[in-house]
Amino acid sequence: MCDQTFLAITFGPCDSCSENPVGRQSRLDGRSQRATKNICSCCSPFCPFPMACQGLASGETLKSLKAESETLRKKLEEERKKLHDVELEKVAEKAEALGELNMKTRRTLKGHGNKVLCMDWCKDKRRIVSSSQDGKVIVWDAFTTNKEHAVTMPTTWVMACAYAPSGCAIACGGLDNKCSVYPLSLDKDENLAAKKKSVAMHTNYLSGCTFTNSDMQILTSSGDGTSALWDVESGQLLQSFHGHSADVLTLDLAPSETGNTFVSGGSDKKANVWDLRSGQNVQSFDTHDSDINCVKYYPSGDAFASASDDSTCRLFDLRADREVSIYSKDSIMFGAASVDFSLSGRLLFAGYNDYTINVWDVLKGTRVAILFGHENRVSSLRVSPDGTAFCSGSWDNTLRVRQEGRGVVRELKQGGTTPYLKNIFLFN
Amino acid sequence: QGCNTMTSRTSSPLYHPTMTDPDMGVKMRNQRLLITVIPHAMTGNDVIEWLIQKYNITEEEARHLGGLLVQYGYIYPLRDPRSLLLRSDDSPYRFQTPYFWTSSRWPASELDYAIYLAKKNIRKQGELVDYEKENYSILHKRINHTWDFVVMQAREQLRASKQRRKADRIVLECQEQAYWLINKPCVNMPLYYHYTTTILLRYYYYTTIIHRRALGRNRVKSSICLESFMKYSEQYLHHDPIMSGCLPSNPWISDDTSHWTINTDMVGTPTRLRVERWSFSFMELLNDSMGRREFMIYLEKEFSAENLCFWVACEDLRHGESSKIILKVEEVYKNFLAPGAARWVNIDSKTMERTLEGIKRPHRFIMDDAQMHIYFLMKKDSYPRYLKSELYKNMLAKAIVPQETKKSVFPFMRRQRHSSPSPAMVTQATEDDGKAKGAGPTGTSSTTNSQI
Repeated sequence: MCDQTFLAITFGPCDSCSENPVGRQSRLDGRSQRATKNICSCCSPFCPFPMACQGLASGETLKSLKAESETLRKKLEEERKKLHDVELEKVAEKAEALGELNMKTRRTLKGHGNKVLCMDWCKDKRRIVSSSQDGKVIVWDAFTTNKEHAVTMPTTWVMACAYAPSGCAIACGGLDNKCSVYPLSLDKDENLAAKKKSVAMHTNYLSGCTFTNSDMQILTSSGDGTSALWDVESGQLLQSFHGHSADVLTLDLAPSETGNTFVSGGSDKKANVWDLRSGQNVQSFDTHDSDINCVKYYPSGDAFASASDDSTCRLFDLRADREVSIYSKDSIMFGAASVDFSLSGRLLFAGYNDYTINVWDVLKGTRVAILFGHENRVSSLRVSPDGTAFCSGSWDNTLRVRQEGRGVVRELKQGGTTPYLKNIFLFN
Repeated sequence: QGCNTMTSRTSSPLYHPTMTDPDMGVKMRNQRLLITVIPHAMTGNDVIEWLIQKYNITEEEARHLGGLLVQYGYIYPLRDPRSLLLRSDDSPYRFQTPYFWTSSRWPASELDYAIYLAKKNIRKQGELVDYEKENYSILHKRINHTWDFVVMQAREQLRASKQRRKADRIVLECQEQAYWLINKPCVNMPLYYHYTTTILLRYYYYTTIIHRRALGRNRVKSSICLESFMKYSEQYLHHDPIMSGCLPSNPWISDDTSHWTINTDMVGTPTRLRVERWSFSFMELLNDSMGRREFMIYLEKEFSAENLCFWVACEDLRHGESSKIILKVEEVYKNFLAPGAARWVNIDSKTMERTLEGIKRPHRFIMDDAQMHIYFLMKKDSYPRYLKSELYKNMLAKAIVPQETKKSVFPFMRRQRHSSPSPAMVTQATEDDGKAKGAGPTGTSSTTNSQI
């Protein structure tokens, strides 16, 4: 069989309540794992559920609560429908049709020994940090394709990485349940791992991380069902966000004026918008049919796009409080793993598990182009800060920087080929 | 009880029942493989043709998609079974039964379970127990669109099992039954975990709170929201390099970093596009450090620079280290809020009162109200006037529009790609200079660093 997705995660009962299943990490090499307490989101000390139950009247039964929830939900649907006076497609009729897109790979970054799981751009518009399954995190100058820094994490499956706004540090984490910050040292001989700072501590794998407007705070999302805001310097938890009923897989910070919200997507098929200050879940969208793998804000901050295992990408408007567009095609049967907008928000780039990248016209809802090139699933995709190009990371161990236009395709290979790690699945 | 291995984030290509529909699907026929006749097989060509027709895609995409279907085992080759490729010739292929499909996540086991229940139902009427009957009808409703497929598979499996020896058949039936007893899927639950009543109570209570909150919010008409997307895309069209290209050239294509060097923080004369962008929104002006500097100069002329200074100090408080919060709050109070402060900001009395009260217990968001008040003051008053001012107009007038770089005559002579000093190095160098370290590889004397 070809590439299977088996994360080395087995499910067992929660260490605290012994009820809810919780994912446990296992080492792929079979060595015994240092015991980490794995607890479900309901037992986590900051879960709102226990507090919420204080308001539960004694006579409430599961049936009546469920019925009430359904009634409210239906009412909400009606309210949302009332103000939906036009479809995006109709409004976009007067928009100019897009010509043929001709995007070519301009740089191929080779050097990872295993699947690339995540990547992020530096604000200098040319540097990139990427992390992979074998625990390596590499900082590249994508323009020259030179590797500038490399860190070996003490864990495999580094699913999240982020570049600090100053360009002086990177954050990363994965199956170690932590998010660590590494200041980027100028001394080539210095071991970056020596200066590592452990910032976030979750009770399950780290799925996403991002710095907020400065190097001093980090926002993380985790398989334990929560997101959290941390102070980098002290490692202190500043705020936690509960409300997802399954793994949180992705998050994105809002570019709005007041800069106080972020959106997260999870395995519970929901996308939730949170207030950073209060920790409250201010908006929720649940139209996807499967896990939401990636969420990204529209450049104005008034909407966000999502990519899901149900093979669709969708656009959600925050003011209208509803889904306003679906980007899907019958021939696209594989899950979408990552999305990002072009600078003007007119184009949506989405990377899929069928190794392709589909480019969508955000306004008209049509597919503008399909890009081949990767030899395995596309795990992450980001447009550069000034919109001059976009980079995609893939399970084929490479990253590709692509740009529109005619020109000679140049690929720079780095060193020899490295062996692909065979996929290992564990059965209990 | 016990542990189940689950696959997270598998790609689960959704099953496509229409592929096997005798009328709509791929042409199935008996193929000849050497001498034996293979029933229910189709050629690779048929598969590709059908994909092209059905999904209205190019041959390239159909080959890619078909190839994946073979790789993932939804279709398997009959000749040379170890070579998982879709050949676009008359090589024979067959559909795999869902039982062995790759995706072992919720949708697939739902289907398996439906097939199992259907088999039981067909075998002997009334053999389904209560909860099985309930599940059967729920599934029948939920996956109704593939129910023909379910029944077909059930019949097929029953037929195949009839060809087994009685003893084997009984064993297999027992094994199957045991499997479904242990892995009894909770078809009613929207989530794929097995939740207990306590947790469900909490979950539904929580959702009622969320729904109530949502019902209480003010919504904006779709027409207004969607129109704003049109406007935004149009406004930023020429600023989007992927849509409109960039001048003098896109560095990734031409290997020339001029586009970056002419847009740095410290550049003498900004580009026209950049200055134009400051007029799009107040946030755009503030986000560009050059724009912010220009705006500060303007405010100084208007004797209202303290507003911007206050805003900057509040941002620093909000995003800075936790350990410095108390210190920063004191500074902000001393410089901007205290009576007779050097740079006193004009906030309304209510907000001022609230802020001063809050300062007694300082935290990073304590200045939010005041900051927002000043922000909107600048946005509504100073910002529009700045855009009409001579200062801005002059900036716009002298802004440069770079020439498009002519494509080189010898396109195969690659330009050298120059590296740039790392942002980390630049910062360190600044610190070093501050500490008067003297000698050392700073490499930052050039102004052509590509930092913001």
